[in-house]
Amino acid sequence: MTDLLVLDHLDVGYGDFQALFSIDLHVEEAETVSIIGANGAGKSTLLKSIVGLVQPMHGDIRYDGLSIASTPAHKRVAQGIALVPEGRRIFPSLTVEENIVIGGDVGRPGPWTKQRVLEAFPLLTRLLNRSGEGLSGGERQTLAIARALMANPRLLLLDEVSLGLAPIVVRQVYEAVPVIKAHGTTVLIVEQDVNQALAVADRFYCLLEGRIALTGTPRDVTKEQITEAYFGMAGGSH
Amino acid sequence: MSTRVVRGTMASKVFAVVALVAVIALAALPSWGSVSLQRKMVELLTLVALAVMWNLLAGFAGVVSVGQQVFVGLGAYAMIALVNVHGQNLYLSVPLSALIAAAASIPIGLIAFRLRGSYFAIGTWVVAEAVSLIVILQKSLGAGNGVSLKVKGYALATRQDNSYWFALFVGVGAMVLTYLVLRSRLGLQMQAIRDSEDGARGLGANVYRTRFLVWVLAAFWTGLAGATYYLQQLRVQPAGTGGAFSVVQWTAPIIFIVVIGGIGTIEGPVIGAVLYYVLRDRFKDHQTVYLISMGVIAIGVALLLQGGIWGTIRRKFGVDLFPVRRRLVE
Amino acid sequence: MVWANAIIQGVLLGGLYALFATGLSLAFGVMRLVNLAHGDLAIFAAFMTLSISRTLDVNPLVALLIVIPAAFVVGYLLQRLIFDRVVGVDPAFQIVATFGLGIVIQNALLERYTADTQGLNVGTLKTSTIKVNDTIGIGWLPLLTFVTAVVVLGSLALFLKRTKLGRAFRATSDDAVAARLMGIDIKRVFAVAMALAIATVALAGVLFGARSSFDPFVGPARLIYAFEAVIIGGLGSLWGTLAGGITLGVAQAIGRQINPQWGELFGHGVFLAVLVLRPTGMFGKAQTR
Repeated sequence: MTDLLVLDHLDVGYGDFQALFSIDLHVEEAETVSIIGANGAGKSTLLKSIVGLVQPMHGDIRYDGLSIASTPAHKRVAQGIALVPEGRRIFPSLTVEENIVIGGDVGRPGPWTKQRVLEAFPLLTRLLNRSGEGLSGGERQTLAIARALMANPRLLLLDEVSLGLAPIVVRQVYEAVPVIKAHGTTVLIVEQDVNQALAVADRFYCLLEGRIALTGTPRDVTKEQITEAYFGMAGGSH
Repeated sequence: MSTRVVRGTMASKVFAVVALVAVIALAALPSWGSVSLQRKMVELLTLVALAVMWNLLAGFAGVVSVGQQVFVGLGAYAMIALVNVHGQNLYLSVPLSALIAAAASIPIGLIAFRLRGSYFAIGTWVVAEAVSLIVILQKSLGAGNGVSLKVKGYALATRQDNSYWFALFVGVGAMVLTYLVLRSRLGLQMQAIRDSEDGARGLGANVYRTRFLVWVLAAFWTGLAGATYYLQQLRVQPAGTGGAFSVVQWTAPIIFIVVIGGIGTIEGPVIGAVLYYVLRDRFKDHQTVYLISMGVIAIGVALLLQGGIWGTIRRKFGVDLFPVRRRLVE
Repeated sequence: MVWANAIIQGVLLGGLYALFATGLSLAFGVMRLVNLAHGDLAIFAAFMTLSISRTLDVNPLVALLIVIPAAFVVGYLLQRLIFDRVVGVDPAFQIVATFGLGIVIQNALLERYTADTQGLNVGTLKTSTIKVNDTIGIGWLPLLTFVTAVVVLGSLALFLKRTKLGRAFRATSDDAVAARLMGIDIKRVFAVAMALAIATVALAGVLFGARSSFDPFVGPARLIYAFEAVIIGGLGSLWGTLAGGITLGVAQAIGRQINPQWGELFGHGVFLAVLVLRPTGMFGKAQTR
């Protein structure tokens, strides 16, 4: 297996504030990797630097063997990196159908078409003419994933997919992950719901205050190890 | 090792002494300077006052107006109405006119504050145009042709000296006022709002009220500057070159002055005003080219050097002449 | 009957105001940019048209074939070289940069063309009218201007609704960050939006120059009317902008009918009344900011 994405000693910050310190991370083709960590650990910043919404201060980001650290965000989408952003960020003045179609406007060929996406997420079919405003949380999340898939990504990034959704809706949304993987898509998940994140992942990284505190496969680590890496203390007194 | 909060610096203490000496020397100008110098100083001090007030609004309170000329015009025309139409005392009319400008700023603010950012800026401009058109309809105020202030019965020399002292008060007072406002509770709220509007709101600062208060205060002082300037000029016309309600006459130079001098600093507008005035005098035969150059420089500063002259000096050397920022020392 | 005539003239004039307002509305919608040099750029285009039509000895409306594409390029470059740097920063710098540009344009025109008033000679088009009856006459030029405004606004609405780039415009307007995540080059969207804004306002400036006299300093008044049309109609609605322009034109015409000096003042009055009574405008959904 080859690495699709490599982060090499990555430092990221905003102004005087540094959010990530010397992150080394790799994701293999067709793998599903989860990134867990407490609020403010730097998970979202990590995804933002992969898609190009924030620029690294030091270090490199390699995608498919080439450095993309200075590639503008919109070009990274064309190269096959798509992000389902935190908060969904559905376009309110576009219809649901337009929200789906715009995901494919970047013009990458691949398995996902409007029809395929609607087959995978049938609930969107009856919403097509609705405006992006006024959908339920679950509908918005499903639409955001469908929209990202339209770009036919090789690497799909999911940011806080379960946030603010009822457990039953979270389960429905996560049912999509195996379908996505079936197309050979590599998936990187950022998730505050640790159990959900570990259930779908081949491997995981745990971030603590901007640094990688633990990495491995979900089977190889104990609950105590994760708790310690997550909260930065032994014994899980939280 | 104890820590305490201080505001003064060595530079600010030296500056306070120098400034005091300078103000005393300027106050005595009628005894040592020529009448023409006195006239020039009135113009410069008016520009300083207007620029300092615009900066208080735009640079500190985040209220960017392109319509401040309305308060210059209201100050000037209120004085005309009080003196010419109602026969009030000339000198008493100056502060009264400022009060009228401040009173007018309340309804104007209530309407214009419904707009935000750049739209607020144009909104204030529209109001200035509308007020100007209303003034043009007033035959008793000379309509579109303008009118002269009736100064019969006031000795020329006294009048000239008085208008100079008024101007000195308005110019220096604008700086002192800004300094006092920034050190006050209102100033702290303004700085909090400037750093983060939502954050300040979270801390309980009433953003709207704070901005509105500064707006009215700036209107008062801008009206005072307008009345003072025309107290010396005597002739007032609403629009066109030299017009009391003209955006090109007032707000355009003020914006250039503040931005080039350094927006959001107390020192910047003064430096900008002196620079602007001296250069304008120097290039008075090439006004058009001068304005083009000023425009280009202002654009350049807005794009590349957003601190302006004083902001850049302050960043490089860490000088603060007006101690409004609190610092921790050990 | 004189009132009916005044209202008809007001409606036709409103079309011109809407054309002035289109670009302002578009630029604000897409990138929250208010260009205070908007009116000055229109007058700049009118002066360019004057020079071209004199040099090549052609009708000013033919000169549009050069002026409109040139304005498109100017708009694109302005966005890339100047305005991009003031999008999303402290609004003070946006105002200074665009207002400064306006002062530069006014004075450059003054230097080159003097303060004399000018007019674009469009021949008999200017004087021909359709006589409805003794008091009502519809000029061909105002009618052509109105139809042009409707066609431009209609085309723009279709462009936004039906094309891929139009979709990108709307998405960028909603959420520029999410738009980038869709692979949209928002800098290009900004530049094309400004190019369209300047092209439409150049067209408006030339049509204005054909019906009224102009000098280097009439740009700000065009900006103010355009702005009033946008706010009266409501932000974010192109047809609202047309309605706003017409409302403004009619208000001015009615005012002028009462007293020749009251035209503009009536227009400002309607604008202020809308701000007080309905700050979102006639068709606006979004907050006025």
